[in-house]
Amino acid sequence: MEIQNKDVWVFIEQRNGKPADVSFELLSKGRKLADSLKSSLKAILLGHNIKPIAEETFKYGAEEAIIVDNQQLAYYRTMPYSRILNDLVEKYKPRVMLYGATVIGRDLAPRVASHTKSGLTADCTDLQISNVKYIKKEFKDLLLQIRPAFGGNIIATIISPDVHTQMATVREGVMRIETVGKPAKGKITEVPYVHEKFDDVVKIIEQHRKENKVNLKAAPIIVSGGYGLGSKENFELVKELAHTIGGEVAGTRAAVDAGFISSDRQVGQTGVTVRPKLYIACGISGAIQHRAGMQESNKIIAINSDPDAPIFGVAHYGIVGDAMQIIPMFINVFKQKLR
Amino acid sequence: MIKNSIVMVKQVPDTANISGQVMKEDGTVNRAKLPAIFNYEDRVALEFALQVKDKFGGKVTAITMGPPRASDVLRECLYMGADEAILISDRKFAGADTLATSYVLAETIKHIGNYDFIFAGRQAIDGDTAQVGPQTAEKLHIPQITYADEILAVGESSVKIKKKIEGGYEILESSLPVLVTVIKDAAFPRPFQAKRIMAYKNAKTLSELEKLTEGNSLLYVDQLQDEYETRGLYIKTLTMDDLKLDESRCGIHGSPTKVYKVESVVLAGSHHQIVPPTKEGIGDLIDNLLADHILG
Ligand SMILES: Cc1cc2nc3c(=O)[nH]c(=O)nc-3n(C[C@H](O)[C@H](O)[C@H](O)COP(=O)(O)OP(=O)(O)OC[C@H]3O[C@@H](n4cnc5c(N)ncnc54)[C@H](O)[C@@H]3O)c2cc1C
Repeated sequence: MEIQNKDVWVFIEQRNGKPADVSFELLSKGRKLADSLKSSLKAILLGHNIKPIAEETFKYGAEEAIIVDNQQLAYYRTMPYSRILNDLVEKYKPRVMLYGATVIGRDLAPRVASHTKSGLTADCTDLQISNVKYIKKEFKDLLLQIRPAFGGNIIATIISPDVHTQMATVREGVMRIETVGKPAKGKITEVPYVHEKFDDVVKIIEQHRKENKVNLKAAPIIVSGGYGLGSKENFELVKELAHTIGGEVAGTRAAVDAGFISSDRQVGQTGVTVRPKLYIACGISGAIQHRAGMQESNKIIAINSDPDAPIFGVAHYGIVGDAMQIIPMFINVFKQKLR
Repeated sequence: MIKNSIVMVKQVPDTANISGQVMKEDGTVNRAKLPAIFNYEDRVALEFALQVKDKFGGKVTAITMGPPRASDVLRECLYMGADEAILISDRKFAGADTLATSYVLAETIKHIGNYDFIFAGRQAIDGDTAQVGPQTAEKLHIPQITYADEILAVGESSVKIKKKIEGGYEILESSLPVLVTVIKDAAFPRPFQAKRIMAYKNAKTLSELEKLTEGNSLLYVDQLQDEYETRGLYIKTLTMDDLKLDESRCGIHGSPTKVYKVESVVLAGSHHQIVPPTKEGIGDLIDNLLADHILG
């Protein structure tokens, strides 16, 4: 297959006119991918009055923003958004296309991948460009889509060797956000919106969104609890510790599933990725999907009754013991020191 | 105002309970050793379909693409209240990614026909991709509503649904037919009904009937199938040929994504400092953290 277009595209998500952080994180990663491919990075943006967001994408390395600006696109709707992206992908054939693994991204990306018969890998924790030998064939400059699989016992590298456009979704916080030193003088290309009847088969009757959601990513201290806490009542101790030392509370998916804590506070591959100054893991085994979201923390303290728990492998300080005894001890000693 | 529903369900490895035995020495997964369970969100999807049926009448058909043993989840669908269950199974489906899977499911749904709703769980716990629902809807050229939390109203040719979004919710109105994927907390799946367990525990797929005839020259599969069908105990089994599918779009051949490499997770040797679980130990730790301005 002769590869013509090697551009890297990032779908820029905006909610009520505000760009999502994950989109800029993806631009930062996309910049590196485009450099490896010696191609250009483009931001794809749909919405209404979105020129300021388009301008902002250049700070993160985009060289061009392709925008479709129309009042009918002010709010995300599956049908018009996917139809427009289908047309753009078919027309320009980007080599790589990235979406945030958000409610919108996870609604949109599969629909576009299905229509354009592109490969799509969900929740990647790393992306790289590399030459690949696969079943005796050489492929130049493929996108390596890396993610944990099978309960985290393995790390899988996924490739889409036989299709032109390689798509991937990535969770918020996984890629580091970076501005470029000298932003290109970006070009904004406006594509007109042409209404189609099928666009309106789904109507938004009401929308309620509170943007002041927990911002774990910005917290310098996080106290996180796992299934090992055993009950919602015991989990209160984790909250108390967080409160005492001025941190945010978080948890594992097992803790979320058990109802100990709300899902917007889940750390890991399918939650948020955090890099605080201090991360205290209480009753957490350290499954790879969890580690993927916290192992780059500056200092990690692990409290676990099992000395062989994998969490100790990424910890800087390990305390082996019952969290129900150690957490109160930590709280008391800390309070005494501050007195 | 009868409303027919098709529910897409999946049997998944119980990834929450993977034990050491499941990993082979070369780092690959021994699937046969994995306990297989009914993907929970798909049970919630079936509950949605049954609630629509309770209110408006109509038929609920559960379908799954999977290996022969996936018939277990279909029997469980029948125990919960599904009217019919269909297994789509073929060696040629092996290695399917979400694109190839959605092709087979969409073609099956076209084959069944006459539906108002397609329900599915938001995602399956083995891959967490949430891709099969939207990709199936795209292939059927019908709208989709993902992350559904509640059906608010059903009209002659429309439905109003509450959808969960980050930090809140949306109320959407869609024309019918529509594909809906539901989140875990959207409903509580009804338990299996004792009477239905008694009735359907002997429901069998084609390959299970074939097993019965093995080594018994007096039994013929066709006859058995007829008999099970009249008793309502036949789990329809569809293959690639039955559905006249394009082989190049099935299984590994129809899957653009390929697994290039798997590495078993090797934990870096731990270099952590051991803190004794005592007041003194923790006190020293806190002193260190305070000195480094990490705490305080
Ligand atoms: C596709 C996929 C995506 C996933 N995404 C995520 C994700 O984003 N985030 C995430 O966290 N997980 C995720 N998981 C789940 C992950 O694989 C693990 O199942 C999960 O992280 C385990 O949570 P846990 O450590 O709280 O529970 P467990 O693994 O059950 O560990 C509990 C720990 O507590 C310890 N313990 C028990 N009692 C005590 C006590 N009294 N005192 C101290 N310690 C005690 C035990 O020794 C054990 O180590 C995902 C899984 C899959 C398949």
